[in-house]
Amino acid sequence: MATPASNVSRQLSNVGAWIDSRIPVSDFWKKHISEYYAPKNFNFFYFFGSLALLVLVNQLVTGIFLTMFYKPDAASAFASVEYIMRDVEWGWLIRYMHSTGASFFFIVVYLHMFRALMYGSYKSPRELVWILGVLIYLVLMAEAFMGYVLPWGQMSYWGAQVIISLFGAVPVVGETLVEWIRGDFFVSDATLNRFFALHVVALPLALLALVVLHLAALHEVGSNNPDGIDVKAKKDANGKPLDAIPFHPYYTVKDIFGVGVFLTLFAFVIFYAPEFGGLFLEPDNFNPADPLVTPQHIVPVWYFTPYYAILRAVPDKLAGVILMGAAIMVLFVLPWLDRSRVRSIRYKGWGSKILLAVFVVAFIRLGMLGMAEGTYWETIESRIWTFAYFAFFILLPFVTKYEQPRPEPERVTT
Amino acid sequence: MSDNQSLASVQPAADKGRRMLLLAGTGAVGAVGAGFVAWPFVASWTPSERAKVVGAPVEAFIGELQPGQLIRLQWRGQTIGILRRTDRMVEDLSQLGDELSDPESGNADQQPEYAANVHRSIKPEYLVLNMHCTHLGCVPEYIPEVGAQPFDENWLGGFFCPCHKSKFDLAGRVYSGVPAPTNLAVPPYSFLDDDHVIIGVGPEGAA
Repeated sequence: MATPASNVSRQLSNVGAWIDSRIPVSDFWKKHISEYYAPKNFNFFYFFGSLALLVLVNQLVTGIFLTMFYKPDAASAFASVEYIMRDVEWGWLIRYMHSTGASFFFIVVYLHMFRALMYGSYKSPRELVWILGVLIYLVLMAEAFMGYVLPWGQMSYWGAQVIISLFGAVPVVGETLVEWIRGDFFVSDATLNRFFALHVVALPLALLALVVLHLAALHEVGSNNPDGIDVKAKKDANGKPLDAIPFHPYYTVKDIFGVGVFLTLFAFVIFYAPEFGGLFLEPDNFNPADPLVTPQHIVPVWYFTPYYAILRAVPDKLAGVILMGAAIMVLFVLPWLDRSRVRSIRYKGWGSKILLAVFVVAFIRLGMLGMAEGTYWETIESRIWTFAYFAFFILLPFVTKYEQPRPEPERVTT
Repeated sequence: MSDNQSLASVQPAADKGRRMLLLAGTGAVGAVGAGFVAWPFVASWTPSERAKVVGAPVEAFIGELQPGQLIRLQWRGQTIGILRRTDRMVEDLSQLGDELSDPESGNADQQPEYAANVHRSIKPEYLVLNMHCTHLGCVPEYIPEVGAQPFDENWLGGFFCPCHKSKFDLAGRVYSGVPAPTNLAVPPYSFLDDDHVIIGVGPEGAA
């Protein structure tokens, strides 16, 4: 005779079967979670994919709540943000979670991209995983830029003025294009209103779609690993890869630990340093936007400064804009620039290691120079690092073709 | 490809040429339709009628402007500066030729025809200038003092952009080797009488 408890569980599993025969929930769970085999040698750098998803969810949830109080109107936007900060119950927390989340999004994404550079995760067969990732990065930059305009502070306003006028460098149609983007003869209410629409509706939709595609492409080809070797090559008697483990429970547990550490740091910044010394929220942005007064020193938020340094390094507007665009666009062709037989930096030669190291230093240094005042020597140094940044992409095909990689191991190492 | 093959196997006698024509025709008409539907959305981003009305000409009183004094006003959200130059300022303009990118106002996009001269104005004494830097739209500072400056040892007075260090002389002409590509723009303007300037309308008869 069945006990009441087993009756309940039998009924529950009947409900499960009823749903499953109508929509493939458990198939999906198996394919992407419980039977998604990931290499067993993931290290520290493999936290950042799932952390990026976590930050995305944080941005969506806090963002939805901010739109309940924010007013996308040039006359009241600044005051509505102050209203959120001072009068809305817990408004300060929701807003700081969102603004700090934006910077943490880029920290996480930059580390995630660095991981791909180190272990060759962009190489065949993961070219589309990489390209979709670069598209996510592009949309994220547009999203972050437009989000920064919404509080309608001085830096919002003048940042928008500078970035929109970049399009004015386009020959012939430049001025018309700028007017079309602004919707007025200057950055105004029309601009703010459309940026709001793009920031809260259009770009998040694009971002979500791209994230789904990024993961679909990843799960089709399988995850790379720090050794860069194919874990599908060696399988056990049941056809399961010897060097891979199911994502759940192994990596869900690992990632939850990472989430714990991440949230600790995140909370620390939210509670003790939400402006982060002017890096996450710039001092000038605590003044309302004024079209007649330009701040003394206009700098974008830290995550854009490497590109800003490249823009400033060139003494010609159009060439500067082209070079800055090229600095991002060149990422798309990276999978075809690397001609090495091996993926991971562990087995590449010294040439590749030096190239990557110089590239990382160049990116960080450009980021610092992009925040600086732009004195003569800073400009000279920006030019040197801009050269180094592009040298990475130009030299990569030659170095990876001619250098002798070390032999890769048969099985993953720990 | 595989679609074509499967169609061919179901309907071996299908007229492929006719099918392609219909596909191309439907596609072309659909594309034109999509273009017509897209246009209102694209056009909705251009400046609205209200924005155009707000962008109407503005008038400025210059009767009490002192020599060397600069006043700022707003036209279409742009900062417009009106500078009454001293005699020495006007004389100094001819000294700078070598250091400037476009001393003769050769770039026709940067000023109306009636201001395409060395002093870049209708009357040499009065300079009317769109104050936004031609690099990225910041408003340069007015630094009339002659003498060594942190950014230039032989400064003759002019405009200095705090954003990216572009330099312009007292006619808004850009120095060579700075980020700004062109001279500061001169907006269309005209004198209503000796004491009033109108920004946004050129002199009668001017293009």
